[in-house]
Amino acid sequence: MAMTDAEQGSKARTRLPPMTVLGPILALVILVLVGAALNSNFLSAANLTNVLSRSAFIGIIAVGMTFVITAGGLDLSVGAMAAFIAGLMILVMNAALPALGPGVPIVLLGMAVALLAGLVAGLLNGFMVTTLGIEAFIVTLGTMGIYRSLVTWLADGGTLSLDFGLRTYIRPIYFDGILGMTWPMIVFALVVIVGEILMSRGVFGRHCAATGSNEHVAHYSNVRVGRVRLITYAMLGLLVGIATIMYVPRLGSASASTGVLWELEAIAAVIIGGTVLKGGFGRVWGTVLGVLILGLIENILNLTDLVSPYLNGAIQGVIIILAVILQREGRSA
Amino acid sequence: MGITIRTALAAGVLTALAAPAMAQDITVGVSIPAATHGWAGGMNFHAQQAIERLEEVYPQVDLVLATASDPAEQVSDIEDMVATRGIDALVVLPFESEPLTGPVQAVAESGVWITVVDRGLSVDGIEDLYVAGDNAGFGRVSGEFMASALPEGGKIVALRGIPTTIDNMRVEGFEAAIEGKNIEVLGMEHGNWNRDDSFTVMQDFLSRFPEIDAVWASDDDMAVGVLAAIEAAGRDDVQFVLGGAGMKEMIARTRDNDPMIPANVTYPPAMIATAIELTVVGQVSSAPVAGTFTIGSELVTPENAAEYYFPDSPF
Repeated sequence: MAMTDAEQGSKARTRLPPMTVLGPILALVILVLVGAALNSNFLSAANLTNVLSRSAFIGIIAVGMTFVITAGGLDLSVGAMAAFIAGLMILVMNAALPALGPGVPIVLLGMAVALLAGLVAGLLNGFMVTTLGIEAFIVTLGTMGIYRSLVTWLADGGTLSLDFGLRTYIRPIYFDGILGMTWPMIVFALVVIVGEILMSRGVFGRHCAATGSNEHVAHYSNVRVGRVRLITYAMLGLLVGIATIMYVPRLGSASASTGVLWELEAIAAVIIGGTVLKGGFGRVWGTVLGVLILGLIENILNLTDLVSPYLNGAIQGVIIILAVILQREGRSA
Repeated sequence: MGITIRTALAAGVLTALAAPAMAQDITVGVSIPAATHGWAGGMNFHAQQAIERLEEVYPQVDLVLATASDPAEQVSDIEDMVATRGIDALVVLPFESEPLTGPVQAVAESGVWITVVDRGLSVDGIEDLYVAGDNAGFGRVSGEFMASALPEGGKIVALRGIPTTIDNMRVEGFEAAIEGKNIEVLGMEHGNWNRDDSFTVMQDFLSRFPEIDAVWASDDDMAVGVLAAIEAAGRDDVQFVLGGAGMKEMIARTRDNDPMIPANVTYPPAMIATAIELTVVGQVSSAPVAGTFTIGSELVTPENAAEYYFPDSPF
């Protein structure tokens, strides 16, 4: 019911849009107002740039996760995958440094490694889910453990650090940008635009929703269910690679604690944004709101002394649940 | 099929394990948490180094190392050591105090020598030797340095670790040491001993407070994130960042007189090596090693930094 409401929103424009649409927007507006009231620096350009740049990693991953979940899948391995790709990227760039020297070629090499590793990792998840027919939860739980161990092993239990000179050279990829926007923000925006077009205007988005909604019906309607699923995982892997390219220049290091719980943050952002966890319906713009909501909560808690830091997790939990309830109430009404 | 493979494997492992234990006189088990973060990585490195060295010096001693990624796994490791290796002594760095207390007590009651490292067990008197890290001292030394580096007083922010007893003891020690020194702690948040978390927290501290004199990052991993945030914000009001635990990159910067990293406070992961050495000495000689051995947290300054720099350690 709610879905048709959302889709036929144009007919009912005379009234307010349904709560499934208003819910996340309302939550974001309330958070912005609260933040602005609590701290005058909240709306400063520097603070907003900070929040948007560091939300970009989760954001880029969450866009991919939106497609996976819409098609009825799930991927728990993205955080560990990001840590593994970051470690691999650092090792390759350090190894190539004597031959190539700091410059554009070595950066391109690092990027190619990240994209390729992400694509392969995503295809591997997708292959095991579709061709081997193993439950997505189990496959990605397994690969999560594998990637997390691999990065610990690569780092010998410590931290993999990019060569200092090289780090200075690639730092601008995270911190600089054009027109007051940092590169992570720009890349995030591009990923969102492409994702939104694919999801709401393209055939692929409809096929994802059909697959997630009812696999058999989709199959008889000539949707190549397995291929759609495989592509969503591959796409997510590729996006994890892109997020890692943005992540590595920031601190120039990767360790066993890199990307911990990113998968849950990405999934939470997707669900807050109104995508249905069991598949069948997804929206990329909602995921963006979810990412911003999560990023702003953390930022506001750090900017104020109102709550004991021991309770930060509880506040985040309450707001996540509230944001989802806001939508549910709209559905039953 | 599965069962036969498993039985064959188990039998193979058992014979492989039992053979050397027969040939040697003394077996010492070492059970430590796996290398899941920088400090634990260093601790694993030093444990392996100590074992290699001791096995060369004392051919009659066999050392068995097991690393666990959670308390339950550590309990299983210890049970396996007792059951299959017949250990004479156990060196254990408990993952958590509570869950390990009962199992270690059971091992102690069977007559095995127990050495506990870093965090103590919940019941006193189980261990024969306790090699302890000094968390309250870690906070106190950090606070004393902060007070001496800001003689006029000043405004600081602090980052805390993962909410645990260890973290509380450090923070209490720090707060006691800066009391009455005119140092105002503007804000304190958990950076969870993690580079990314501390980067985020520090960015927000920088937005929130226009004037910060110094940062107590309380850990070198967190100091890395803090320094990146300060550098990105281009703020020059922050005079220095005090980390801790003695990561080699940070020790090197102190040694090279980097004004942002004027000092470090040790919490040496090599304390595991102290514990293994003492235990083995107690097993092979008549030298008494029972009691408590506290590893002090020391202040590293540019003058003595070279002594604390271990180029081969991963931490």
